[in-house]
Amino acid sequence: MNLLPYTIYFSFAGAVLSLVAGMRSAATARAVALLTTVACWGLTLYAACGFTPSSEMLTLVDVLWIPQLGIRYHLAADGISLTLVVLTGLAATAGVLFSWNIEERTGEFFAFYLALIGSVYGVFLSADAFLFFTFYEIAIVPKYFLIANWGSTSREYGAMKLALYSFAGSALVLAGLLWIYASGPAEGFGLGQLAQAAVTMGHREQLAIFALIFTGFAVLAGMFPFHTWAPTGHVAAPTGASMLLAGVVMKLGAYGCLRVAMPLIPAGLDFWQPVIAWLAVAGIIYAGLVALVQDNFKFVIGYSSVSHMGFVLLGLAAANPLAVAGAVLQMFSHGVIAGLLFAVVGRMVYERTHTRQLEVLRKMPLHRLMPFTAVVFVLAGLASMGMPGFSGFPAELTILIGTWQVSKVWALAAAVGVLIAAAFTLRVIQVSFFGQANSAALPSTPDHPLAPVTWPERTGAILLLAATLLIGLKPDLLHNWIGPSLQSPLMQAIWSGGAP
Amino acid sequence: MTPLHLCLLISTGLFCIGLAGALARSNTILVLLGIELMLNAANLNFIAFWRFGPPSPPANGMIFVLFSIAVAAAEAAVGLALIIAVYRHQNNIRLQDATRLKG
Amino acid sequence: MTLPVQYLWLIPALPLLAAGIGALTPRNGRNLAAGSAILAMAVAFVLSCFALNGALQAPATHAVYNFAWFDLGHDALRLGLLLDPLTAFMCVMVTFVGLLIFIFSLDYMKEDPNYSRFFCFMSLFAAAMLGLLVANSLLLLFICWELVGLASYLLIGFWFHKPSAAAAAKKAFITTRIGDLGLLLGMLWLYDSSGSLLFYDGGHGVLEAANLASLTGQTLSCGLAVSTAIGLLIFCGAAGKSGQFPLHVWLPDAMEGPTPVSALIHAATMVAAGVFLVARAYPLMSADTLIATAPVHALTVVAFIGALTALLGALIACGQTDIKRVLAFSTVSQLGYMMLALGVGSWTAAIFHLLTHAFFKALLFLGAGSVIHAAHHEQDIRSLGGLRPRMKITFATFAIGMMALSGVPFLFSGFWSKEAILHAAHEWNVSPLPLYAGLTAVVLTAFYMTRLVAETFFGQARSPAAEHAHENHAVMTGPLVLLAVGAVLLGFLGTPACPWLQARLSGTELHSSMSQLFASGGLLLLSIGLVGAGLVTGWWLYGRKLRQTAEHRDPLAVASPAVMAALASRLGFDELYAATVGRLNSLTAALANGLDRWVIGGLVNFLGQFGVFSGTLSRETAESTLNHGFDQVSASIRGSGQRYSRAQTGEAHGYLRVIAMAFIVLVLLLVLGGSR
Repeated sequence: MNLLPYTIYFSFAGAVLSLVAGMRSAATARAVALLTTVACWGLTLYAACGFTPSSEMLTLVDVLWIPQLGIRYHLAADGISLTLVVLTGLAATAGVLFSWNIEERTGEFFAFYLALIGSVYGVFLSADAFLFFTFYEIAIVPKYFLIANWGSTSREYGAMKLALYSFAGSALVLAGLLWIYASGPAEGFGLGQLAQAAVTMGHREQLAIFALIFTGFAVLAGMFPFHTWAPTGHVAAPTGASMLLAGVVMKLGAYGCLRVAMPLIPAGLDFWQPVIAWLAVAGIIYAGLVALVQDNFKFVIGYSSVSHMGFVLLGLAAANPLAVAGAVLQMFSHGVIAGLLFAVVGRMVYERTHTRQLEVLRKMPLHRLMPFTAVVFVLAGLASMGMPGFSGFPAELTILIGTWQVSKVWALAAAVGVLIAAAFTLRVIQVSFFGQANSAALPSTPDHPLAPVTWPERTGAILLLAATLLIGLKPDLLHNWIGPSLQSPLMQAIWSGGAP
Repeated sequence: MTPLHLCLLISTGLFCIGLAGALARSNTILVLLGIELMLNAANLNFIAFWRFGPPSPPANGMIFVLFSIAVAAAEAAVGLALIIAVYRHQNNIRLQDATRLKG
Repeated sequence: MTLPVQYLWLIPALPLLAAGIGALTPRNGRNLAAGSAILAMAVAFVLSCFALNGALQAPATHAVYNFAWFDLGHDALRLGLLLDPLTAFMCVMVTFVGLLIFIFSLDYMKEDPNYSRFFCFMSLFAAAMLGLLVANSLLLLFICWELVGLASYLLIGFWFHKPSAAAAAKKAFITTRIGDLGLLLGMLWLYDSSGSLLFYDGGHGVLEAANLASLTGQTLSCGLAVSTAIGLLIFCGAAGKSGQFPLHVWLPDAMEGPTPVSALIHAATMVAAGVFLVARAYPLMSADTLIATAPVHALTVVAFIGALTALLGALIACGQTDIKRVLAFSTVSQLGYMMLALGVGSWTAAIFHLLTHAFFKALLFLGAGSVIHAAHHEQDIRSLGGLRPRMKITFATFAIGMMALSGVPFLFSGFWSKEAILHAAHEWNVSPLPLYAGLTAVVLTAFYMTRLVAETFFGQARSPAAEHAHENHAVMTGPLVLLAVGAVLLGFLGTPACPWLQARLSGTELHSSMSQLFASGGLLLLSIGLVGAGLVTGWWLYGRKLRQTAEHRDPLAVASPAVMAALASRLGFDELYAATVGRLNSLTAALANGLDRWVIGGLVNFLGQFGVFSGTLSRETAESTLNHGFDQVSASIRGSGQRYSRAQTGEAHGYLRVIAMAFIVLVLLLVLGGSR
């Protein structure tokens, strides 16, 4: 457990190393990146093995950083952060495997990639709001460069949109945090200290601060109507980056909502709950409908991501331990499944057929040209539409059970979202892989056969599929970590709605 | 006509001869010789003012002149070295041709 | 031998294992996939028989085995296994019929390149259905329910290169999912209000008295009891899976799959699931019947929907020309009967009909498959004909199936089970309408089945395919014969004289006496008369003057073209849904897309453009005022420097001259200054 901070250090060290190694050979840079991510993932799993669920945050490192402001370098972990850290390790490893074919400035690519991973680990492990914010900001920079340098379709636009949205969101967060710090008697940026300070503030002030912080984080979680960065960003990003973007970066926002916004100002959540829940429901249905009529393969997946993140936000908004536990489970589940879907679309299909237009793909008998890919995509699609046996089912079920206890209407609307998810997933499966095979339009003539699926792709796909199946059959693995963490004193404040 | 006046007149003549030589000749070595003459005119003035002028500390003028001669010798050495370098460059030592440092 | 309840999971696990083997075998491992599937089904059948044996020894009890799936904070979501006669009878039926269908498929599918994939999906289908049967938890049932839907999607779309098959698969999945939505909501509500999803749990299950009392005790603002609302939501799911009006549209399209798949869907697995669900949740569904003030009872809705479906299905079946489509609509109609039975309060009659129907409908579908296989995939009954002498066994068994389905008296199982349903409807005191609908459907059923048999088997062959047809291999006819035997004998398990099956299912004492047979003699005679009327009308219209060519107009179409056209187009339900639900859906989707692209995206782009604009503006300002001034100054400094540098001629004499001039000027100045 105490080794967890090394995931941050290893990742940043790996970033520097792969930058250096990339000057000599791309292969070395790749190996360095893979080693780093696997090592970090190993660390998280090792920590998970020795983890005993408890309601307390387990402090890993705690030293003064900026004594004048009471800011501490405080890393801590509980079941929720452990879940997300394990997810990060998995998604990062798979992302490296699916970025194996990056040939252009490989060293730099993996350097940015690992820097992003390192800051994501940092966010998930931070227990000091300022440190949290610092890592959160650091994460934006490599994202921008990954998309702008290695992306495809309108990459400058996508990268800039993503960066601007992120910065705008974090500006709101910073404003909220400073408001509490400046006007309250807080002695530092520790979450507990800020929470105590916030309670003494006026009710209206609290509501305003909550709106600032929650909106700021929710932007990155893809909350309707601040979601438009997500589809364009995902589409523009290179495969590895879009896997990370959908897999872990969107979780940063949701995690921020859960870890910072909600415990700091429970009264604000109590007040804004209907607004957030309706926005979440709107996002689920709206993004699902939009996904239904997209003609670009990657846009479908991008919008489905927004739709599924709506479930996370709905779970958070329902604000009871059941729904929130479901939301955390959904974060894990969506991280794995969205990563897999983007991997199939961006790496396995696009790199071979060089098109993402469904109309073009429809004419290719892809199920025969790449059967392995077709099976992976069908399974991932089933997982994404919440089939029992995959991790999406227990997650969405728990969210719905929890939400039902708060409002039947929200649960009903969200369940309609599940139906729409089934519709667009089936459509995209049929059109993309099982289109009307017309042998005249075969892209794979004997001269240009489609490249076979390589071992990194195979390994990555099997890793992700195994993870979603494992959690789908045995959700207890994660539930047992998450459950007790939701009983910590800070979280207790959420359930009581800010009442002392 | 005091001896001082006489000495000053001689040194002025010497100076004028040196100046005319330095300005008129195109051979760099001769220009350098002209400059040496002017320097010696100045040295003569030092000695004359020391010997015939108001009382002053002993050997005062002598020391000035000694320094001046030493400086002149060093200057001549540097000048000759420059002249050799110029010669290597342009195969003559005409001062009019050495205009590379034009601004 | 008996099978203890904690080992009940073996029954679904075996086909699941076979599905796994089938998924992993390479394309050329045909025999391994098929063999493991059939072996697994056979063993599961034996185990089901053991389970049935055990269940019959204690019919009135529910043996359960519960375990936790995952923790939900204060309590855990629990799953469980349940063994009672209902489960056991259904398991035996599913495994037996499934086994025969699998054997039939050995030959039927032998030319298909995806042979092992086919058996993999079939095993998955059977496994999901069996899991649904043994579940003691609405959640586990729902999980298997979804898997049934998935497997049906895969199988209906098995020949996905046909656009119609791909569309049918999607339609089936989405339509049943609409129903599942209701089931999901019902489940959420049930969990919220009773804190458990287990059916039986030693007094704490949702189907046990304590919870039922609390569920009926709570009422909603509209006057409905909570149990009614939950029951109706659960019925939504059942209606979706069992093809009840208005969600019946997927079932006829499911014909696009291979014929054994249709047999499995229509007889044993998928459509039976809905009826089974209502029967399983019967205590909950019927809990509100004691509340006299309730505006509507859940079961009343079930009865009326069932009656409507029975009538509609039978009507539409009269106008179809595809042999499988006629059978499909007959399934819709028969499922309506079962729902009707459930609604009027006799769930045992529903299950009885479900069991007999499974046999004769599987028989009919496999018979149709045999015909299609022999006639090189010709399915239109107008182009068939004259098969009776060419395919004797198929004809004989198909005829038995047809008579069982029409309810020909005394010898055939369909008669007895249908009789039980009509009897129950007769005794229902809420409304006589379901009985009338059921009786009308009896006539129609006999009519369209006679038409089907007459067109297909009698007369002369009306296409080359039908002419060259010949009897199939024993692998295909064997299951037909076994099913035909079942279709006859099964009826005697539940005759009014000796309702053994009903008694075992409900766990009550068996009262057998011949007098019960004649207690409702009037109804019995009426229905026999109606069956006769249907058969005679059918024969009079279709058998008397046999069709000569495929183009010959249908006698019904001659009599009344408008009616026939309406029936042939399935009363326009598909068009109606396409025009309403479908269009609404694509409209909202397009609207949302436009909103995203133009309004939200436009706003964002506008903000971006605004940012760029203000950036440009400030850049211009900076350039013209600050930068420009600085540049001017530097340029002038540079210019003056250049001018001065001209003084540096590089000529040493020039410098010397200047020095000399300066010296002279200096001296003159000193001299003149000194004279002053």
